[in-house]
Amino acid sequence: MHQRQDDSSGPRRQFITFRSGAQEFGADIMAIREIRGWTETTPLPHAPDYVRGVINLRGVVLPVVDLKARLGLGLTQANPKHVIVVVQAADRTIGLLVDAVSDILTVTAGDIQPTPELAREAQSEFVEGIAVLSERLVTILGMDRLVGSLVGEAKAA
Amino acid sequence: MSKTILTVDDSRTMRDMLRLALSDAGHAVIQADDGVAGVAALAQAGPLDVIITDINMPRMDGFGFIGEVRRHPLHRATPILVLTTENDAGKKQQAREAGATGWIVKPFDPARLLAAVARVSP
Amino acid sequence: MEAIRQTYFQECEELLLAMEEGLLALENGADGETINAVFRAVHSIKGSGGAFGFEALVRFAHGFETVMDQLRAGQLEAGGDVTALLLRAGDLLADHVAAARDGGAAPEDGEVSAALAALAGAEGGDEDFAPADFEGLDFVPLQIVVEDAPPAPTPMQGWRIRFAPHAALYANASEPALLLRALRGLGDLTVAADVSTLPALEALSPQAAYFAWDMTLAGDIPRAAVEEVFDFVTGQCDLDIAPLTFLLVAPPEADAPQIVPLAQVAPPAEKAPEKPDRKDGESRQTIRVDLDKVDRLVNLVGELVITQAMLSQRVAECKIPRASSVGNGLAELEHLLRELQDSVMAIRTQPVKSVFQRMPRLVRELAAQTAKKVHLVLEGEATEVDKTVIERLGEPLTHMIRNAVDHGLESPEERRAAGKSEEGTVTLSAEHRGGRIVIEVADDGRGIDRARVRQKAVERGLIPAGATLSDEETDNLIFMPGFSTAKEVSNISGRGVGMDVVRRNIVDLGGRIVIGNSPSQGSRFSLTLPLTLAVLDGMVVAIGGQTFVLPLTHIVESLKPRAADIQAFGRGRNLLNVRGAYVPLVMTGEILNVPDARPPSDGVVILVESQGTGRLALAVDAILGQRQVVIKSFEDNYRHIGGIAAATILGDGRVALILDVDGIVARCRDRIADLNDLQPTGT
Repeated sequence: MHQRQDDSSGPRRQFITFRSGAQEFGADIMAIREIRGWTETTPLPHAPDYVRGVINLRGVVLPVVDLKARLGLGLTQANPKHVIVVVQAADRTIGLLVDAVSDILTVTAGDIQPTPELAREAQSEFVEGIAVLSERLVTILGMDRLVGSLVGEAKAA
Repeated sequence: MSKTILTVDDSRTMRDMLRLALSDAGHAVIQADDGVAGVAALAQAGPLDVIITDINMPRMDGFGFIGEVRRHPLHRATPILVLTTENDAGKKQQAREAGATGWIVKPFDPARLLAAVARVSP
Repeated sequence: MEAIRQTYFQECEELLLAMEEGLLALENGADGETINAVFRAVHSIKGSGGAFGFEALVRFAHGFETVMDQLRAGQLEAGGDVTALLLRAGDLLADHVAAARDGGAAPEDGEVSAALAALAGAEGGDEDFAPADFEGLDFVPLQIVVEDAPPAPTPMQGWRIRFAPHAALYANASEPALLLRALRGLGDLTVAADVSTLPALEALSPQAAYFAWDMTLAGDIPRAAVEEVFDFVTGQCDLDIAPLTFLLVAPPEADAPQIVPLAQVAPPAEKAPEKPDRKDGESRQTIRVDLDKVDRLVNLVGELVITQAMLSQRVAECKIPRASSVGNGLAELEHLLRELQDSVMAIRTQPVKSVFQRMPRLVRELAAQTAKKVHLVLEGEATEVDKTVIERLGEPLTHMIRNAVDHGLESPEERRAAGKSEEGTVTLSAEHRGGRIVIEVADDGRGIDRARVRQKAVERGLIPAGATLSDEETDNLIFMPGFSTAKEVSNISGRGVGMDVVRRNIVDLGGRIVIGNSPSQGSRFSLTLPLTLAVLDGMVVAIGGQTFVLPLTHIVESLKPRAADIQAFGRGRNLLNVRGAYVPLVMTGEILNVPDARPPSDGVVILVESQGTGRLALAVDAILGQRQVVIKSFEDNYRHIGGIAAATILGDGRVALILDVDGIVARCRDRIADLNDLQPTGT
């Protein structure tokens, strides 16, 4: 509604950016329902390691996915300073464990570049593109793909 | 048009989200982390365009804080938006009776936040 | 229109039940009110059926109605053949409704129609059965007001709005100009300020509100969008929103459309009532509520109960005695919440009548097909149980009734030879017992033939030939998957469904099924079901530092095993000696991948009854207590996990998983191979 109208290179999108490990990621703000601190999860039997278990989000039982582990970068050593981003995508609501939320980013479609070939294979399936800002590089994640993959892969696991 | 907005919320994450969304839209943001801090901010602040407050806070809750605003000589006519998680009529009515101008239903959505701000402040 | 159509069929279902009930009552003698009730039902179904153009239905109902009308007027006598014909007509009307609903072909009703016409003929003469004929006087057409209906072709579309702020609106720093501006964003807005209440300057109060605005907002704008603009100031202003084109005919207070239930709109036997919304003083008042709304309420109360439990726990942690004022307050809160929960759950309950009433027709059909004489007795139809339970009871009950008539009851000749009356009796009953509902299907037939059951089980490889089974164990063989196959069941009980499916349906509902069998005297199937599916009685157990909940329905007993009672049996499998019988012992922690679970000799085992595989011992670390928990699904957000039924939220706010005993059995089937070998002692 009150967006700046100073440039006009295509439709504008807003992303919430967050850090996980050494990287900065972005997720479409429309998929983000809320952000909350880390709480201990209840583990789920036979779940892949990146599914950290479930938490009680005001009466809803919410699975929590460790983003770093999901991208094949190892488990996050979660402590209360970590943040769970509540994501709604692919008809599901899940929590995404990340290190911290950093920013809200407004970019035009032209600012997003396709994933470079050398990106890690484990990541690329969820990566929509790379937003390059003057001094930062933000990996844009496709929440539908990330959340959707959880179901498909977990079944095979 | 740039506005000066006071946000009162005990959740750091929420304060940050509000600050990011509001400053991204070009507004100036003053933050307070509960009702008591909010009252202190009222005393120091110049004219405010909008106040956004949470309800459940330690020391002084949102209803108490709204009462303070409505009694404040300088800020009594400032529109107040309440942050609420429940989209239910009872909560809204309670907020209205306390003197709130409007509300923003969490989960947080910048577009709705900015729309609500625009609805209470020209 | 689709919503109204749905309402019609809902209504029909109720009317058909009332009709069937009345017709059955006619069998035991007719009284005026019963005949009236049937007439009203048929009449209502016909009346609004016409509005949807269900011609075949209306035509048939018309003939039916004519006969009922003559019965009512005393021109015809109920009894014997007439009642039998009416029952058939009732069944056919139900078929007509079903055909209209599902878009299927109308049932073949020629024979019954002709019989009805013949019956009415003596009095009614050759009536015109044209569907459009509603006999003018006693039919009041249902007035259907469709919200947001496209108005008559007119260029003018939009809303007329009067907005008069109260002082409170200004006191909360709302600004009318901003609201008007928001309206202008929706469409073409014309504003006229009404300053007629503005007093002279010296009488003006700075705190008061004097202005009002009359506006027209043109454009194709949903009402909700207009209302949303004023959302913040609800109750702080006078607000009238009326559709522009309807302004002349619809006063503001009539803008909420009301659909009056048919039964009230079209009272029969009365000539054109003055008002269609006449209240029926004697009948209990009801409202229709969207089930989602009720479920939301149920969920909220569930949350409340959890929050209260959390609060109690926190208070206990603070060492506040229960006798203190805080403790007393909490106890009072707990008490009120329990009452609230019961009341809310009661909203979802319905009498089992709706499913019981389907059975007389089934029994009539079965009796005709099997040439048996059957008397069906229904008891406790008013017993109330959760709607979902009722919905899922139909199939298992149908199957059990089929079994009772087909397999249980003997032919009239056999019965006579056995010294019984020719007519067999099947009793379907329901009652509340200890916070649960017990439904029984009993017959006075030949009972379950144990020798045959046993023989069949051996043939199908379900038990070894030499197995020693108690009578009870033999009876329970019929629940084993693979016991009944499509090949052996008759065309009546058949349909490829065995008692194992019946049992699974019941277990899925959190219930149990028990057989009472006395050879040559009959059999009795007792279903014990929870009153609601939203909560579950569970045993809270600890396994390796984690908390789980076991549904109480599965639990037989819990015990502390001695090391000597546990025997290794093959590779990594264990048996537990329970008073001489060996039961497979499941290392629950291992199955659930929980590290650090205690060895069973150091913990507790819980004997559970599993479907198909008999008894099983689950090893857990400790029993933490027993409580009612609110069932929360996580499958919407994740996926199904074998061995886990659902989740719940405990008093400390953390999620605990509810174990699924049958799922655990499936999970460890390969580990405890050959459960069938253990069946004789294990069951």
